[in-house]
Amino acid sequence: MSWKIEIKEKRGIFDAVGEGIKKDILDLGIRSVKGVSFIQVYSIEGNVTDGQITQICEELLSDRVSQTFRVNHPYQQNNQNEKVVEVAYNPGVMDPVEASALKAVKDLGIEGVRSIKTAKKYVIRGKIRSGDLRVISEKLLYNKLIQHVVAPPGPAAAGLLAREEGYTLDLITVDLLGASDKTLEKISKRGQLFLNLAEMRRIKEYFRRLKRNPTDCELETIAQTWSEHCWHKTFRGRIDYTEKLPGLKTSRKKIHNLLKSTIMKVTDELAKPWCVSVFKDNAGVIRFDEKHNVCFKVETHNHPSALEPFGGANTGVGGVIRDPLGTGLGAKPVLNTDVFCFAPPEYPFNKLPKGTLHPKRIMKGVVSGVRDYGNKMGIPTVNGAVLFHERFVGNPLVYCGTAGIMAKGQSFKRVKKGDLIVVVGGRTGRDGIHGATFSSGELTHESERLSSGAVQIGNPIQEKKMVDTILTARDRGLYNAITDCGAGGLSSAVGEMGEELGARVDLEKVPLKYEGLSYMEIWISESQERMVLSVARSKIDALMDVFSGEDVEATVIGEFDATKKLRLYYRDTPVCELDMQFLHHGLPPVEKKAVFIQPVHREPVFPCVKDLTGSLLKLLSHYDICSKEWIIRQYDHEVQGGSVLKPLAGIDGDGPSDASVVTPVAGSKRGLIVSNGINFRFGFIDPYWMAASCVDEALRQIIATGGSLEEVAVLDNFCWGNPDKPDRLGALVRAAYGCYAAAKGFGVPFISGKDSLYNEYTLENRSISIPGTLLISAIAVTKDVRSTVSMYAKEAGDLVYIVGPTFDELGGSHYYDLSGAIGNVVPRVNTGKAKRAFEALSTASGLGLVKAMHDCSDGGLAVAAAEMAFAGGLGMELFVSEVPYAVTQRERRNKNRRDDFVLFSESNSRFIVEVDKKRQKDFERLLKGLEFGLIGCISKDKAFRVYGLDGKTCVKATLGELKEAWQKPLRW
Amino acid sequence: MKKPKVCVLRTAGTNCDMETAYAFLKAGAVPARVHVNRLIDRSERLEKYHILAIPGGFSYGDDLGAGKVLANELKYKLFDQVRNFIREGKLIIGICNGFQVLVKTGLLPGNASLRQDTSLIINDSGKFEDRWVYLKQPAEGRRKPGKCVWTRDLAEVIYLPVAHGEGKFITLDSAVLEGLKESGQVVFQYCSARGALGGYPQNPNGSSDNIAGICDPTGRILGLMPHPERHVEGLQHPDWTAGKKEKQGDGFFIFRNGVEYAKKNM
Repeated sequence: MSWKIEIKEKRGIFDAVGEGIKKDILDLGIRSVKGVSFIQVYSIEGNVTDGQITQICEELLSDRVSQTFRVNHPYQQNNQNEKVVEVAYNPGVMDPVEASALKAVKDLGIEGVRSIKTAKKYVIRGKIRSGDLRVISEKLLYNKLIQHVVAPPGPAAAGLLAREEGYTLDLITVDLLGASDKTLEKISKRGQLFLNLAEMRRIKEYFRRLKRNPTDCELETIAQTWSEHCWHKTFRGRIDYTEKLPGLKTSRKKIHNLLKSTIMKVTDELAKPWCVSVFKDNAGVIRFDEKHNVCFKVETHNHPSALEPFGGANTGVGGVIRDPLGTGLGAKPVLNTDVFCFAPPEYPFNKLPKGTLHPKRIMKGVVSGVRDYGNKMGIPTVNGAVLFHERFVGNPLVYCGTAGIMAKGQSFKRVKKGDLIVVVGGRTGRDGIHGATFSSGELTHESERLSSGAVQIGNPIQEKKMVDTILTARDRGLYNAITDCGAGGLSSAVGEMGEELGARVDLEKVPLKYEGLSYMEIWISESQERMVLSVARSKIDALMDVFSGEDVEATVIGEFDATKKLRLYYRDTPVCELDMQFLHHGLPPVEKKAVFIQPVHREPVFPCVKDLTGSLLKLLSHYDICSKEWIIRQYDHEVQGGSVLKPLAGIDGDGPSDASVVTPVAGSKRGLIVSNGINFRFGFIDPYWMAASCVDEALRQIIATGGSLEEVAVLDNFCWGNPDKPDRLGALVRAAYGCYAAAKGFGVPFISGKDSLYNEYTLENRSISIPGTLLISAIAVTKDVRSTVSMYAKEAGDLVYIVGPTFDELGGSHYYDLSGAIGNVVPRVNTGKAKRAFEALSTASGLGLVKAMHDCSDGGLAVAAAEMAFAGGLGMELFVSEVPYAVTQRERRNKNRRDDFVLFSESNSRFIVEVDKKRQKDFERLLKGLEFGLIGCISKDKAFRVYGLDGKTCVKATLGELKEAWQKPLRW
Repeated sequence: MKKPKVCVLRTAGTNCDMETAYAFLKAGAVPARVHVNRLIDRSERLEKYHILAIPGGFSYGDDLGAGKVLANELKYKLFDQVRNFIREGKLIIGICNGFQVLVKTGLLPGNASLRQDTSLIINDSGKFEDRWVYLKQPAEGRRKPGKCVWTRDLAEVIYLPVAHGEGKFITLDSAVLEGLKESGQVVFQYCSARGALGGYPQNPNGSSDNIAGICDPTGRILGLMPHPERHVEGLQHPDWTAGKKEKQGDGFFIFRNGVEYAKKNM
């Protein structure tokens, strides 16, 4: 027997979902909609009485104060001026609510309910054309990858109740031995293996020696292990690099391993004693205090977020949380950081490439996805950035990072011979098939169809339960090793863990969400919320008790043996037998061509207007610079109680902090500072200086919040276009060398990193590549958080300094961007001088000489100073003539001094600092020999005034005007 | 008794249990984080504790509504243990999701029949928000001094963060609301720094009468949306860098009140 129950808000109760949809419909440019109301639908199946159904509705499904319910009497369209759309999950897609609903019904003492599925019903009022209704449904109400519209009137949510049929073994082998090169390529393409001919040949040769053809499972396992996503062929391969810079002659060199010769080289050369484990585990590990280590990892989830923004970002967060959890013996997540790049929110619909979602929808979906997972996990999201550019259309960037803490002794893992392979957490389903290989190719308008399986559905509570229990098992020493089921699923997890020894898995033992999965799907599925443990037989019972005690599934699926082989069985039939040696070291060396020719852009020529107030207001409203409060407040950035400096600061708690400071150990004054540096615009001119600038920015923010360079580690995340195209790869190489130079110069090691390549959207034969984008994430250990400094102006009468020289480095600046120009003079970094300034400033903060400090970045010193002023609710008077300023790092004379260049240049390594008059001498003594200027003071009135080089006012605005310009654009 | 024992209840999706336990520890109690399953299978007994704390989080993912599934569990799997606990005059505090749980069990406002007369529904802003709010105890509260044992001798106006998507307090009807005010069960109201009642964002979710927290008729069961456990240290205050350097945060004194009461009366 089945019941259909509908819940809706009582009259007079605010229908938040309905109102939200109505807003989004307006964003679509559809004005005909008068109102939207939302109805929650439950379809219950089982042997229960009507009385019991009523009890379930009253006690569980509805809130007697705010909601009403109706049983088997579904709401139907009752006039021409309204449309009803019901959205349900596709068969096989996990319904996130079902498990809790079934549990709650049992708690009520009601047995016999077989299934509870949810659906959402929208009643849209107004004179809506059917065309508009389709647009609304497809763009806002459902995503065809995971949901469908229930055809009205239709039987009670027919779609949801479709059953999955069982699976009987059907072993598939692929004929490689007899395949020509042409066929090999076809096999790779058809199977979405993303393996090139050389690789396919190598595999063919391996199986020829075995005198047999591979099974589909073997081929998939190799494809996943060798994928760009898992193996990083580009960074580890050979590169034939050619470079041409203006005024220099072409240079050529062969690079053997880009990672080892740049990023990892810094770490080796610096050999910091506090680096515990770098570039080995799922995250980089550094020392925190006598008892603890911390680890940090940032991942990307770009392709999934392009197709299904909520699910993509949601599982992006879920995935990166499992990196620290899978590091050493498992670290407790203590903070998250999230950085996004989108196309501008007002991007015209008619310009959208076929098959792409509108950037505003992507942005809203991504933010909700991060909010949902991060908040439900109880991990504070403390840091981030959001940048915009047209070329991110169809290919947004979603960076998710997590830091974790663990006891010193829990920092390493070792799989032991005879250990049992235990999979814990969520069940395995068809979601996320081919994620690893799919993210190793370009997106096309076909991707939605071909890779629908690659989109995953997250369940944060499943993951929270898993984290809670794993940490308990960890502290009781119940397992020897752990890793996460990320891209590649069990294939990559078991494959990695068994690399040294060998592994045997019985695939039919893996718990499934529903029947019907083939052995191969089970093996490569990327279903979320799963970890793999290596457990000694003697401890298995104790381990099982921990998990069952908190309703987390744990299952023995095999054993790490000493065969040096990966052997998979389905009901005792062998479906895969590969030598670990071949799997992990058989990949033929990749050789790629890379060419970097520095582009020459139009150098904008325009006079400097007398009154720059308008330019400052425009900069404050630039999407990159404007307030991100709408996003930040949706994240719980204070859970766990460790927040010492919050992402928003100021008298009204709405100014932009440079970084966040967190104390991960309750009661301890030792802290972590996290920050990020990202600026793809500089890359339009020279990726080398973009990279150096990103490193500088990330470190600058740590200094600006009162930290020091003593114990800072950085992560690199490259998001790039197709590395098989020499120009894309050339820029990547150039950026990698910039990373090396800057990190080495500042003396900060890289401890981990990740690259996401092939970020291109191919349509017909036109290809949109994202701007090559590098994210540098920094984490600093600070001895005493009481030396933390915030960014907002504190007291009238205080002095305002700028520390660090300003140059005519307007190339790639936001000021140029206002007029659509890029320019050619990109900001450089002089690490020697910068480092001395950074050290002097952290000494000053330690001595309590600094009342406020803000880093000069996007928009330059005028924007930074304005932010300090309005966040502190205090006025400021500044004098351009006092700013240490020159044309370029080399050319110290300056012929054409211009107010606008001084105020809006984005030169690196600069800070605005507020100092108490009484401490002027002490502060200036510390800065002896460095370039700094006393440029003004803080005033009582609510006005922001800047006097130009000629002594006349060039900027004059009230704090209100400035703040409004800064808050307006993303106040959604 | 010297050191009261606190049962910090947790289940799937609870995520403020650590800091809540820490707040009680700092206030002089002995907290234990206890999974609800242990109380159900009786391997842990509620009766050995003096204070029950239901912390914030998303119990069971807030499926079926915030706090609903855990509330249902307390009502149908643990009712006897909880009822005896209350009868013995012991204390309960529910913070954020814990408040939602108490409201949906009917333990708050706590009429005889434990009927759910109030609710916490989605914010007027339609979204989850993390922001700091000022709270005051309404006049009614002071006319009956010390109605709620958790809030005795607090400062006129205190400062705590909220972080929720479903915190709008509403009552079944105006009679229920008037009843709460009359009996002095309204413990906290959102207000401005100077204690004036106002609209958004001082009232972050649109709660009727700016209500942020209520207690039961005995004053021993407290539920509130703001997070006192996130302001027990001076360094957790958003403006401490501007020179405000207190040793303890405003939230600390709520926990201390509970602990002191338990010491004296149990």
